[in-house]
Amino acid sequence: MVLKPEDILRIAREEAERQRSYRYRINVCCSSGCLPFGALQVLKAFEEAIKEFGLQGECRVSRTGCVGTCSVGPVVLIEPGGYLYQNVTPENAREIVKSHIVSGKPVKELLYANEAFFKKQLRLVLRNAGKIDPLKIEDYIAAGGYSALIKCLTKMTPKEVIDEVIASGLRGRGGAGFPTGQKWNFVAREKNTPKYVVANLDEGDPGVFANRTLAEADPHAIIEGMAIAAYAVGAEKGYIYVRAEYPLAVQTLREALKQARSMNLMGKNILETQFSFDIELRLGAGAFVAGEETGILASIEGRRAMPRPRPPYPATSGLWGKPTLIQNVETLANVPLIILNGGSWFAKIGTPKCTGTKCFSLTGKVNNPGLIEVPMGITLREVVFEIGGGVPSGRRFKAVLVGGPSGGCLPESLLDLSIDYESLTKAGAIMGSGGIVVIDDESCMVDTAWFFTDFCVDESCGKCVPCRVGLLKMRNILERIMKGEGRLEDLDILSELGEYVRDVSLCGLGQTAPNPVLTTLRYFRDEYITHIFDKRCPAGKCFRSQVSMKEAP
Amino acid sequence: MLKEDRRLQMLERIIKEHNYQKSALLEVLHAAHELYGYFDKPLLTYIAERLNLPPSHVYGVASFYHLFKFRKPGEHVISACMGTACYVKGVEEIITAIEREFNIKRGGSSPDGRLSLFVTRCIGACAMAPNITIDNEVVGRATKEVVLDKIRKVLGG
Ligand SMILES: Cc1cc2nc3c(=O)[nH]c(=O)nc-3n(C[C@H](O)[C@H](O)[C@H](O)COP(=O)(O)O)c2cc1C
Ligand code: SF4
Ligand code: FES
Ligand code: FES
Repeated sequence: MVLKPEDILRIAREEAERQRSYRYRINVCCSSGCLPFGALQVLKAFEEAIKEFGLQGECRVSRTGCVGTCSVGPVVLIEPGGYLYQNVTPENAREIVKSHIVSGKPVKELLYANEAFFKKQLRLVLRNAGKIDPLKIEDYIAAGGYSALIKCLTKMTPKEVIDEVIASGLRGRGGAGFPTGQKWNFVAREKNTPKYVVANLDEGDPGVFANRTLAEADPHAIIEGMAIAAYAVGAEKGYIYVRAEYPLAVQTLREALKQARSMNLMGKNILETQFSFDIELRLGAGAFVAGEETGILASIEGRRAMPRPRPPYPATSGLWGKPTLIQNVETLANVPLIILNGGSWFAKIGTPKCTGTKCFSLTGKVNNPGLIEVPMGITLREVVFEIGGGVPSGRRFKAVLVGGPSGGCLPESLLDLSIDYESLTKAGAIMGSGGIVVIDDESCMVDTAWFFTDFCVDESCGKCVPCRVGLLKMRNILERIMKGEGRLEDLDILSELGEYVRDVSLCGLGQTAPNPVLTTLRYFRDEYITHIFDKRCPAGKCFRSQVSMKEAP
Repeated sequence: MLKEDRRLQMLERIIKEHNYQKSALLEVLHAAHELYGYFDKPLLTYIAERLNLPPSHVYGVASFYHLFKFRKPGEHVISACMGTACYVKGVEEIITAIEREFNIKRGGSSPDGRLSLFVTRCIGACAMAPNITIDNEVVGRATKEVVLDKIRKVLGG
């Protein structure tokens, strides 16, 4: 099928029209959080109930992605009105159809009653999550999808696209926060061809699932962002690198690519323009370091994901030595919005130096775990206590871990910190890929520091000595302290070693891995001292023989 | 040597689809792992030959990634998530209970070879932590009791 830009816009109009003709839309979340709790059975039950009451023409039942309240799944969103049902069972489904749809009376007892969870959120990247069927490209198009790409291809030069992204102030969401537009500029001005675009969906941080959820809920937002990036920098080929541990994300992306190809939105001469671009999926195989930008390149080339020194940066010498743009998938999903609404619109959201929103996976000892999206500059306290609803009763808040396994553990006194790259780094944490894990007084901070260090020891690629040996030494000292054999000097050795590993490691893994130890030493030193002097663990966790959890592979 | 069976034919087809390119190694490893469930020496040697790579390189790449297994897993596979969220929510206790009840060690198989217990790092369903996977079925918000019960069931006990 050969389609032109006006065909896509026509499809958008017609599809939106068709969807408006339904009186109700019943959206059943079938993302990875709700699936294990029977989402597919719930979906089926709704379809059957709709048939039973003869409402096929009036209601549309669709499978959608995550709405964010994953801890009370399966969840069902009924539009209009935004009624969100929680913990839905197949039996409930019939009841909901009967009462809500037939009699117009929402079933109050089953509704999600937690307004606070959504109140401070601003869902831009997750604009379609939970609202469209990720397996139907028409849904995305009806919601305005691909109109940003069309705008770029028909009305903007690559330079104008880059200027818009620069004006937006968008910074990379994969952790380091590098200005996105600037990176596009670097790749665009390279003469060497072919060029590549790589979307980073490795998400190796345990406890983090925002990228996964985005791919499962709105794969075309990633694909469209990638296509726009490719147009801007002059690339004809792209790769999405996804963890193999995310089979549903892989499947959804694969299907989305197929549909985009069938609509002429991908492939040769997209929408009859001069622009050609195609994307291939590549599966990761469980290596945290494969998310690092030079590691990911090695992995796509079929090698061990060992980072290499930079420069040269991937922008000049990336895949097979060619200029390559590497971008996190959340970063890319922001791009269509920036093109449609303008860079200056985007720049007004968040803080002046840190524009836009950020998705966070909120987990751990918190009442409302789930996936959230908030404007940059919001405080940790608002996230943990307002959106998250605080720690479950009977326990006391102790710390919040921001930035994944190499993030920092921040205490209560730092909760009023604004969430942006600079203030997090100043406090010893990092933005990372957006993990917020809440820890209560049941957790021991030495044990927590051990856990993350152990993770990084496992994941170190072993190429450089400070990371390979330094982290191992740090872990061993922590184990000694946990067994009650610690010495006071150990604390100084830990700090010194940590700073050393941070300063001289080759890649970001080693450079950030000491953060949990350094921050717990800074903010929870008394817990270390109690372990050493009183041979006691305040949380009652340690002093069992704590050995590395990992046996031979 | 590998038995000439359907799996080998499928693997060969996939290798051919990739034009015997060296850069397709990881893709080919994925396919082979999916077909056979684990890697042994003949399998890795075969892949090395077909892609014209030194066997040491193939082993080096395969063993770098945590996903791949080098021993035949048991009939039923339990996989416990040891990611941050699951750890904070007490997955350790569940793992220890499984180890005790089924006389098994993390990373290993039960003496009768019917059950294997692996530890993984985050399956991306962290809001439902702790998560345990039993033969590809995820048990979210897991408790010791529920998990042990489910394992007994799959074992037919
Ligand atoms: C050990 C390590 C793991 C990383 N993992 C990821 C990841 O899973 N996803 C990601 O987007 N970036 C990851 N990064 C950051 C990337 O190196 C890179 O900065 C990023 O993909 C660039 O995209 P952005 O500018 O859109 O953030 C990781 C970095 C390090 C050091
Ligand atoms: S810092 Fe660690 S992970 Fe990074 S290159 Fe060195 S050894 Fe490898
Ligand atoms: S997975 Fe269903 S709400 Fe998040
Ligand atoms: S930490 Fe266990 S699923 Fe993410």
